[in-house]
Amino acid sequence: MIIDPVTLIVALITVSTPVLLAAIGELVVEKAGVLNLGVEGMMIMGAVCGFITAHHTGSPALAFVAGMAGAVALALVFAVLTQILMANQVASGLALTLFGLGLAALLGVGYSGLPVPAIARPFPEALRDIPGLGPIVFSHSILVYVSIALVAAVWIVLTRTRIGLVLRAVGENHDAAHALGYKVVRIRIAAIMFGGACAGLGGAFLSVVRVQNWIEGMTAGAGWIALALVVFASWKPWRVLLGAWLFGGIAALQLRLQAAEIGVPVALLDASPYLVTIIVLVLISSDRRRAALNAPAGLGRVFHASS
Amino acid sequence: MAQDDPFQIGFIYVGSPGDYGWTYEHDQARLAVEEHFGDRVETVFLENVPEGADAERSITQMILGGADMIFTTSFGFGEATNAVAGQFPDVYFEHATGYQRDFPNVSTYSARFYEGRAVIGHIAGHMTESNIVGYIGSYPIPEVIRGINSAYLHAREVNPDVEFRVVWAYTWFDPAVEADAAQALIDAGADVIMQHTDSTAPQTVAQEAGIISFGQASDMIQFAPAPRVASIIDNWAPYYIRRVGEAMDGTWTQGDVWEGIDTGMVVIGEMTDAIPEDVRASAAALRDAIAAGEYHPFTGPINRQDGTAWLAEGEIADDGTLAGMSFYVEGITGDIPN
Amino acid sequence: MIVLEKRAEPSRAWGAGGPILAVVLTMLAGGVMFAALGIDPVEAIRIIFWDPLFSERFAGYSRPQLLVKAGPLILIAIGLSMGFRAGIWNIGAEGQYIVGAICGAAFGLAFYPSENPLIFPGMVIAGVAGGVAWAMIPALLKVYARTNEILVSLLLVYVAEAMLASAATGWLRNPEGSGFPGSRNLARHPGTDNPELFAGTGMHWGVLAAFVAVIVAYVIMTRHLLGYQIRLAGQAPRAARFGGVNPARLVILCMGISGALAGAAGVFEVSGPAARISIDFNVGYGFTAIIVAFLGRLNPIGILLAGLLMALTFIGGELAQLMLGVPAPAIQAFQGMLLFFLLALDVLANYRVRIKRKVAA
Repeated sequence: MIIDPVTLIVALITVSTPVLLAAIGELVVEKAGVLNLGVEGMMIMGAVCGFITAHHTGSPALAFVAGMAGAVALALVFAVLTQILMANQVASGLALTLFGLGLAALLGVGYSGLPVPAIARPFPEALRDIPGLGPIVFSHSILVYVSIALVAAVWIVLTRTRIGLVLRAVGENHDAAHALGYKVVRIRIAAIMFGGACAGLGGAFLSVVRVQNWIEGMTAGAGWIALALVVFASWKPWRVLLGAWLFGGIAALQLRLQAAEIGVPVALLDASPYLVTIIVLVLISSDRRRAALNAPAGLGRVFHASS
Repeated sequence: MAQDDPFQIGFIYVGSPGDYGWTYEHDQARLAVEEHFGDRVETVFLENVPEGADAERSITQMILGGADMIFTTSFGFGEATNAVAGQFPDVYFEHATGYQRDFPNVSTYSARFYEGRAVIGHIAGHMTESNIVGYIGSYPIPEVIRGINSAYLHAREVNPDVEFRVVWAYTWFDPAVEADAAQALIDAGADVIMQHTDSTAPQTVAQEAGIISFGQASDMIQFAPAPRVASIIDNWAPYYIRRVGEAMDGTWTQGDVWEGIDTGMVVIGEMTDAIPEDVRASAAALRDAIAAGEYHPFTGPINRQDGTAWLAEGEIADDGTLAGMSFYVEGITGDIPN
Repeated sequence: MIVLEKRAEPSRAWGAGGPILAVVLTMLAGGVMFAALGIDPVEAIRIIFWDPLFSERFAGYSRPQLLVKAGPLILIAIGLSMGFRAGIWNIGAEGQYIVGAICGAAFGLAFYPSENPLIFPGMVIAGVAGGVAWAMIPALLKVYARTNEILVSLLLVYVAEAMLASAATGWLRNPEGSGFPGSRNLARHPGTDNPELFAGTGMHWGVLAAFVAVIVAYVIMTRHLLGYQIRLAGQAPRAARFGGVNPARLVILCMGISGALAGAAGVFEVSGPAARISIDFNVGYGFTAIIVAFLGRLNPIGILLAGLLMALTFIGGELAQLMLGVPAPAIQAFQGMLLFFLLALDVLANYRVRIKRKVAA
């Protein structure tokens, strides 16, 4: 049996969307020099807040806003801890994940299995029915297009605008940025909130669009994959998109290879998205000319304005 | 024990009662026990208990807290259940889906889910038009393999052209992965989805694709009448009430039960109108025949996948072979991992 | 305006007082949460922090269990802390823990049913080797292919989990287990068991190893050249290079140490408390240990205390679920709060709070 490339591509786009949303947000956070390992916690807050709102209001748009708001609220805790109280970022991020998973489960009690409104697709059926192109380009939920637009927007802002320049300056050398008069802490807090909003949107996509249910622990590690993708992409927006599609593509492909009953051990197929990601990373990184590591120099370092 | 001291029963859950699947049904049974015995009992539970060392501690603390009887509701708690049982000979232990009974105060119990799988396999065989049934497996363990075999045999019985495609999710619970697995199966041509994983995510995907599916562990009735056209429900309440009653009367003895549709431990959820009436009738007849003990889902002739004979004409599988089933029956085309 | 002023030296008083204040604040904030859930807050706090240690009913059992729970956390965190100090980010200790357990168990089971007393030491060596080998993948890739160790070590956790599932359902499955997943019981077989060394203390070889690791790490970090190099590399990588520190060697050494300790923790767990290889053998110790490492400020003594505190909240939290019906997620959120306050109040050790009148610039 041959694997149908059209449905594979459709699937990989769907599979990768929540992770892509969270990753592009985290990329901005890290570009500002902050490492927030709490993506998983923020995603699940987005999932639960989005689902609850979708159920009560019947409005997907409000659900997405609520998902973002819930995750931003959690991100603010991280912002206060790491930017104002100068707490360690790695530990604060992990604590955020723990807290977020617990809080989301508490908020979601009683919501499992409740109905949410169906989400309309933005493109008309006529477009969606074009063979090949239709399903791949026009069949998705609005958030899929939003996520890709977001990648483009982040790329433009980071590389072509003053805001992007300032953000990168803060992430590369906060002391120099401070000396130039930039408000390092404020900029970083804004970046952290943006990262929270994106992670929340990714979580809401999962609960409101993809699974259409609230289930405790439903993000099941997607936040960690998002973190990995940012590193994989060397902090470049378009490579986040490629990484998400590569990872989602292998994940979708391995399930299809199983369904096609090819004789590869399932444990190996199950591990293949991770293995392939590592192998691709090795191939890109070992190219000496392009190996200029793009990691923001100030990533994870504590900033304290001494003057 | 003082007269007014209620009999305390502890439950160890591997997941959360909010999963609307495996743990939810055990918790429903706990509530049924409370309702049945009223003030005479008191129940406590611990949720999301990891298997292994943590389980042993959880059970022990439960007993120190006053529990007189413990239900450990997942296979992975077997080691811990027996380890603690040896130290507390006066406490009654009931371990779900396990096989270890190292001490006289440990019983094991499980349900013949494969009887339910036979009924939904029968429905699937009738309903599929593409003749491809997609099956989401969790891990390649006897419980899951037995279910696949049972569903396949009864689908093939009514539809000789039916094929099963199995995708292993390597998780019991990950909604996103389960949804992706369902989608992969649909893209491979499946128009009926069965699952042996715990979340409702495959139901959502089936709904969007306009195909049919079956509720797993709990009824998943919110997806009725379609895609969910029927379901296999784990109904532990009758057993829990019976065993608690026996423990309180002092008539409890060690046991190893494997009950099915006959005692109501396995329940077939409402078959919806999406199933043609004659199929509903034949499925109900199959269910009733199993319940009455007139028919066993593994009745020969059945060959193993490699073509060797397993059961001769009219021969019925023994429980030992079923419990440890690690082979596919003839006609299934995939390989079992490992 | 409130401003923070960096102290020349971290305050010892706040270094010790901060965590105490954090626990008090957690009790208040957590108490509000419990009250909102309709649970008696005083009772809940007492059960979480007091009962595992001092209640007549539970303490006799819970106190040793603290060591059992804290042992692997401390052991793994000690290994991680050295790398973290040098700026080497091993996020995948969970994977090294799993591979260590698989290798150790496989070694022990290969000799089954022999009860030779050399088998257990062999298992420990195999487990350590497994952990080191798994950690060497990100280490060597970092040194020779310049890949990022955070990413590689994290992704390898998932690969290790797939290996674990395959071992439990396939090649390490108990041949007498009638097809059920999971290996033979290692803890109840003489030769492969990691027993309680002194009855009723919870002390097994793994806990002992954790204590030894704390002491050795303390000596290395304060007295040994390697400790100096690690600190230098973390604080001033360029200076370290000029100072003769070989960065490649340091990466391999730090990753190796953390892999070795994580692997050892895996063997001690699989041959003792967990008793066997099963599909869900790993319960996140490798990730929790990262929190423990930072909570302990990457200091061996701090890690010891942080590990015990985490274990206390696990065990006390369980008692609160049991006795008061506190939902498990509330305990998780409570732990998160505790960590927030602990991390936030670290600021007082390093900074002085000053109230300044705003001056026009």
